[in-house]
Amino acid sequence: MTWIPPLLVTIPLLAAAVTAGLDHVTPEPVQDALVVCASAATTALAFVLLWQVESHEVVHWFGGWRPHHGVALGIDFAVGPLAAGMCAVIGLVVTLALVYSLTFLREAARAFDALMLVALGAMCGFAMSGDLFNLFVWLELMAVSAYALTGFQVERLGPVQGAVNFAITNSLGGYLFAVGIALVYARTGALDLAQIGNALAHGGAGGLVIVAMTLLFCGFLIKGAVVPFHLWAADAYAVAPAPVCAVLGGVMTDIGLIGVARLYWTVFSVPFGHGHAVGDVLVWLGIVTAVLAGTMAFLQRHLKRMLAYSVVCHIGIMLAGIGLLDSHGLAGSELMFLAHALLTAGLFFVAGILHVDHALIDELHLRGRGRGSWVPAIAWFAATLGLIGTPYVGIYLGHGLLDEGATELGRAWVPALLWLGSALAGAALLRAGARIFLGWGDETDPLLGKVVEEEPVERDVLRPLLVGVALVAVVLGLVISVVPGLGQRAGYAAQRFRDTRAYAARVLHDRRMAPPQSLPISLEHTTPESLLYGAGATIAALGLAVVGLYRRRLPRVVSAVATRTLAPPIRVLHELHSGVVGDYVTWIAVGTAVTGGVWALLLHG
Amino acid sequence: MSRRTRLLVLGPALAGLAALFAWAIAGLPAFGDYRGPYGFVLNRVVVPLRHTTNVVMGTTFDVRGIDTMGEEFILFAAVLGVTLLLRDEARSRRAERRTRRLPSDAVRLLGVAMIGAGLLVALWLMAFGYITPGGGFQGGVVFAGAVVLLYVVGSHRDYHPFRDEEVLDPLEALGVGGYVVVGLAALVSGGAFLTNLFGLGETGALVSSGSIALLNWASAIAVSCATLLLFSEFLETYVVPLDAEDSAA
Amino acid sequence: MSYLPYAVAAWICLWGIAGIATSRNLIHLAVCLTVTQSSSYVFLLAVGYVEHGKAPIFLGTKLGSTAVDPVVQALALTDVVVSVAVIALILALALDAHRLSGTVDPDRLADISG
Repeated sequence: MTWIPPLLVTIPLLAAAVTAGLDHVTPEPVQDALVVCASAATTALAFVLLWQVESHEVVHWFGGWRPHHGVALGIDFAVGPLAAGMCAVIGLVVTLALVYSLTFLREAARAFDALMLVALGAMCGFAMSGDLFNLFVWLELMAVSAYALTGFQVERLGPVQGAVNFAITNSLGGYLFAVGIALVYARTGALDLAQIGNALAHGGAGGLVIVAMTLLFCGFLIKGAVVPFHLWAADAYAVAPAPVCAVLGGVMTDIGLIGVARLYWTVFSVPFGHGHAVGDVLVWLGIVTAVLAGTMAFLQRHLKRMLAYSVVCHIGIMLAGIGLLDSHGLAGSELMFLAHALLTAGLFFVAGILHVDHALIDELHLRGRGRGSWVPAIAWFAATLGLIGTPYVGIYLGHGLLDEGATELGRAWVPALLWLGSALAGAALLRAGARIFLGWGDETDPLLGKVVEEEPVERDVLRPLLVGVALVAVVLGLVISVVPGLGQRAGYAAQRFRDTRAYAARVLHDRRMAPPQSLPISLEHTTPESLLYGAGATIAALGLAVVGLYRRRLPRVVSAVATRTLAPPIRVLHELHSGVVGDYVTWIAVGTAVTGGVWALLLHG
Repeated sequence: MSRRTRLLVLGPALAGLAALFAWAIAGLPAFGDYRGPYGFVLNRVVVPLRHTTNVVMGTTFDVRGIDTMGEEFILFAAVLGVTLLLRDEARSRRAERRTRRLPSDAVRLLGVAMIGAGLLVALWLMAFGYITPGGGFQGGVVFAGAVVLLYVVGSHRDYHPFRDEEVLDPLEALGVGGYVVVGLAALVSGGAFLTNLFGLGETGALVSSGSIALLNWASAIAVSCATLLLFSEFLETYVVPLDAEDSAA
Repeated sequence: MSYLPYAVAAWICLWGIAGIATSRNLIHLAVCLTVTQSSSYVFLLAVGYVEHGKAPIFLGTKLGSTAVDPVVQALALTDVVVSVAVIALILALALDAHRLSGTVDPDRLADISG
């Protein structure tokens, strides 16, 4: 079955070429069917692959260039359960987004469809690739299609600005990554990840490897929108059409984290795996990202911008999970990725429905207008609870595994801070939901950023289709925590992913892998602490949401003190997210230099 | 941030990055001391195994052929993206576009000669790419460059056939799609994706190196069309500032 | 002397970043981005250079004679295409920005923020 991995890339890419090439001659329904079928077929094959890779890594050597004596000549896709699972979720989210956009976007629909398919193929290639430069190719391919999709609504300045900021920061990230590749290649003379790992086992790490790692990881973290590289994300998501946001926020941004995990466990765990320095930096970046982005989400009134910060917040949590460097943390991040991708997509779909219904996307302007839209309202609130991690829904199970990992490693304070982040982001979404669908709360709130209005979108939509797609995404995302056996399988996938030696032996020497132990099909257990955290975060989010809605009605003393202490830092936060690309690039330089400096101090000697 | 603050923050950050680079460079092997193994192995095995004398193209289209497929799609996505982003621009400007012929016959003659020479060089680069220096990419870019000279020395009308989207779009898709199909053919015949399928021929001959030749032509077509499409998208939106005299003529 | 090419590459990279961060014009900025990317070409090609090596094209040259690394050249080719794609998109966006706001100064483009 080694023929499936290349198909996950080639089916969408070929369909994109056909769609764009035959644009002038094919009738619209045929084109639509082709696009959706290609995406659905890719998803289905990804599920078949997921079932296949249960027992061993499926390795496909392109062109039949198999390695000789441990020297890789060609490029390989090496697919384990984690990579196959990623492809399945990516395919699912892209398929939902394509179905959603059937009636949502009619103008320039062909170019849109083709670019979405290109992005799908590129993301699958990225998830599976076992070659350092090949990762860069897929990274750039998905980036180029995403820049164009972000600027889709060219009739207004906002999308242009968002796309410019997105394109410049992410390209810079790509170029830092390319320089990192050159450094690694100079040291090892190899591009295959497994072979690079083997080469780094000898001869010491030194400054070259530390700097190369910094450049490679920072390249991914820019893509992954981790603080302080996150500034582009809110600008880009705020302006992209809802289905594009669903793909960007649901899967494409998170994929940078997969890159970090993949590179760490195939390459950098070899020289640096004996200590915790690499992981600790990632954990701290994750915590800062989760709390800061959660706060920023709470300070937004533009729905898609709020969702963008919510995405960044959860990326921080997942990065911290990866940074724990153990199987529990990684498994937790996997499960969170699954739930988060679907729930975020669902929320963006609901935001798109509101945009179509009322030609508005601003929380305060939409106040009370969602009354009566019961299904979107239920989808919104349910997805929000899922993203907070209320016990037994959405990201809860993933968060629970992450908590367990952190506690085992003696870092019990990590989950507390991460839960704070998801409570903040959740509070923002609850507040917006209550204001829009229930009409609660004040009509104005000067603390929330400035107004950004959008052009009305396509009115002639098949609304039940939009609602249906949103509902499917939300329901699938919610049940992730209670699918029997999923938790155990995520844990097993994480163990396989972290086994550097078995991976290298499989890729370079075609060794058989140890047969998997049979996994139970039962609900993964979570600790009472997680239950408390989940419940606490939900209550905190509800409380904060109420405060956000009725801030004016607080006792005067309280509100005066709160205003005096909170207003200045909030103003600073708003000012830091300036929308000016020069600032963003400056922060990228600062972030890269500081991250590299910290690793230099911790890892040297 | 004000520009002043930005510079104050940027300066130390760049200094820090410079220090990191210096540290990394100190650990690199000296310039000219490439230690392999990857490149040395390929220089040894590609010629006998694939009958192509240009190892760079052998690497591009065979050993690392999947990278090149991704690269072609990057160009493809860029064309789609630019078309998407400039659709309003093109609409609003199309009406006011005018053209002007170059006044000097000598310059036009030179231009025509250059177009001819450019097309020849392009064809040579494409056709012999896997034997001598060159390749589908380089040839494609030179080809498009030669055609765009027509815009400079001729007029908009002369150039018109080379920016016809209804021809270029399918051709470009044929190029990138063809690349994928050649790869899939190998998969269907039971090998790995992009396995070299066809007779390898005699080393150094025009008909040699099997699939590499096909992939080389596929990318030559794709790159020529993509570059032409990119040029025409931008030329479409570019308005030549006209003097009163010119517009009267 | 033997580390000079690497130093040049690093210098190009940093200078490009400085240009991007301080640019007042999107077209200038796109060029700065290309400058930064050129650094990766210089790095790649410098890394693969073999002293007294010829181009890895074995027509009329004995197989096994000293040649430079072909891999980095293939990588640089891909890198060039990436650069073309990105610069084309940014220039298209610059045209859009100019049409919509009359300016190509990224500092004055800040329609959305916070």
